[in-house]
Amino acid sequence: MTQPGANEAERSRDIRKRWLLSLPALLIVLAAATGPLLIVVLYSFLSPGPYGDVQWQPSMDGWIGVFLERDMFTETLSIADAHVSILIRSVMLSLVTTVVTLLFGFPTAYFIATRPERTRELWLLLITIPFWTNLLIRTFAVLQIIRNDGLINGVLMKLGLITRPIQMLFTDGAILTGMVYVYLPLMVLPVYANLEKLDFRLVEAAYDLYATPFRVLTRIIIPLAKPGLIAGSILVFIPALGAYVTPSILGGGKNLMLGNLIELQFGQGRNWPLGSALSITLMLIVTAALLFYVRNVGSQGSRHG
Amino acid sequence: MARRFSVQRQRGFTTIAITCFFALYLPIVVLVFYAFNSADSLSSFQGVSLRWFARAFENQQVVDASLRSLQIAAVAATVATVAATMAALATTRTEPYRGLTLKYAFINQPLMVPEIVTAVALLIFFARIKIWTGYTGLGYLIAAHTAFCVPFAYLPIRARLENMDSTLEKAAADLYATPWKAFRYVTLPLLWPGILAGFMLAFVISLDDVVITEFVKSAGQDTLPTYMLGQIRRTITPEMNAISALFLLMSICVVIVFFVVNRKRV
Repeated sequence: MTQPGANEAERSRDIRKRWLLSLPALLIVLAAATGPLLIVVLYSFLSPGPYGDVQWQPSMDGWIGVFLERDMFTETLSIADAHVSILIRSVMLSLVTTVVTLLFGFPTAYFIATRPERTRELWLLLITIPFWTNLLIRTFAVLQIIRNDGLINGVLMKLGLITRPIQMLFTDGAILTGMVYVYLPLMVLPVYANLEKLDFRLVEAAYDLYATPFRVLTRIIIPLAKPGLIAGSILVFIPALGAYVTPSILGGGKNLMLGNLIELQFGQGRNWPLGSALSITLMLIVTAALLFYVRNVGSQGSRHG
Repeated sequence: MARRFSVQRQRGFTTIAITCFFALYLPIVVLVFYAFNSADSLSSFQGVSLRWFARAFENQQVVDASLRSLQIAAVAATVATVAATMAALATTRTEPYRGLTLKYAFINQPLMVPEIVTAVALLIFFARIKIWTGYTGLGYLIAAHTAFCVPFAYLPIRARLENMDSTLEKAAADLYATPWKAFRYVTLPLLWPGILAGFMLAFVISLDDVVITEFVKSAGQDTLPTYMLGQIRRTITPEMNAISALFLLMSICVVIVFFVVNRKRV
């Protein structure tokens, strides 16, 4: 038997080895993901340069600009309607996306989880394929369906239900449709992972005790599936709030979301501090959502991916 | 135990599920269908033809962008997988030690932050470095891709490791295998499916990336997705459908391989 002291030394050597082993991954993430985030925080407190970039002069204008706008002549501040409305629209669209994907995703996950073992794998694969296919291509596919000369308008016109195409593209509805479409698999997979572990004997017991299907759903299945439902909601809400590709393709130039507003500040807007402040704002909302998740589910529900 | 099928049924759930599957695949099917359109535009389907595929292959910009995408993805996924494998070995099969949670948080951090924020951060950071060093090559894109690939490579490798017990490695050590030999002949072969899965995920994630690439790239560094984004914003011809169809085909192949590899658990 080894001495306790020797064990201690061995353990500390083991831990040192483990730090060394994880160093490359930590350094890569620090250098090209986490570190730069801190620079964004710094930049949000500087003043904009004339051609983009920043001037090394401390300023709160970036942060003030998130909600307020300064009148050029009178120097008075008023609520920046454009920014606030984009912020509200982004949060609303993301929430609605989350709710709609939940309403469609939960039954779909339940359907997959209750298939016999053999076919279940196939249904799962059918959800996994869109999950890993390019988001840009899937958005492009939606674009082609809802265009003025796309499939939906074409069919409706053939049926004689409408005489002129309905303008669906470049509306908030288009953004919503696109986001629901691209993020649906993100909802289904974690909900499925949770339902898969559900003990269906409990469901049977409830039926034996004369529960109605609706009561079984609300009293047994949903409470047990809650960690998965919350995980799925968070997984949809976060990318939806920061969505850039989908709104910029389906929303056109006018219907912006937060992601596009941020991009604008680094492009034509040439206001990097404002763009940085908006980015941090976005991240704070996301962090709040994550904290909500940790509070409510903790580590027990994180079995996905 | 005989599960009675009807007990598990919930009213309307099957209908909703089938609708979802239908809605998920309809746009993709239409997209691929129109890739074979012989007409000049997407407004009507005039006949089957491969002309848009041929056009895509002749388009030098498309070829260049594809090669660039593959090059970035190959390097980024390889580096990320090696780093992630080492990190997974360092963070699994151990009693909790100081800094372990910190490591988890760090490695998974790119997953927690909206892509657009990371993109902006890298734009700012690399703009500085470009001024300081004057270097404007593909290195920035590769570095950025490697970083966000790390968590994707890490997750399946870690999952695999957690399902492996260390009995065999201990046996190897008892038989006087050096730590390296034990790793090379015992751990690595057992871990291999996880590493492969991690690499493929990282590779696909890198190939698919639009947002971060769009912000980080210098002039003339379009990858296939950023080239497509630029084209979709202008006029769309069936050539875009042809490129998308090929891209889809590749993704589907990778996913199926991933699925098969990942299913064969010990």
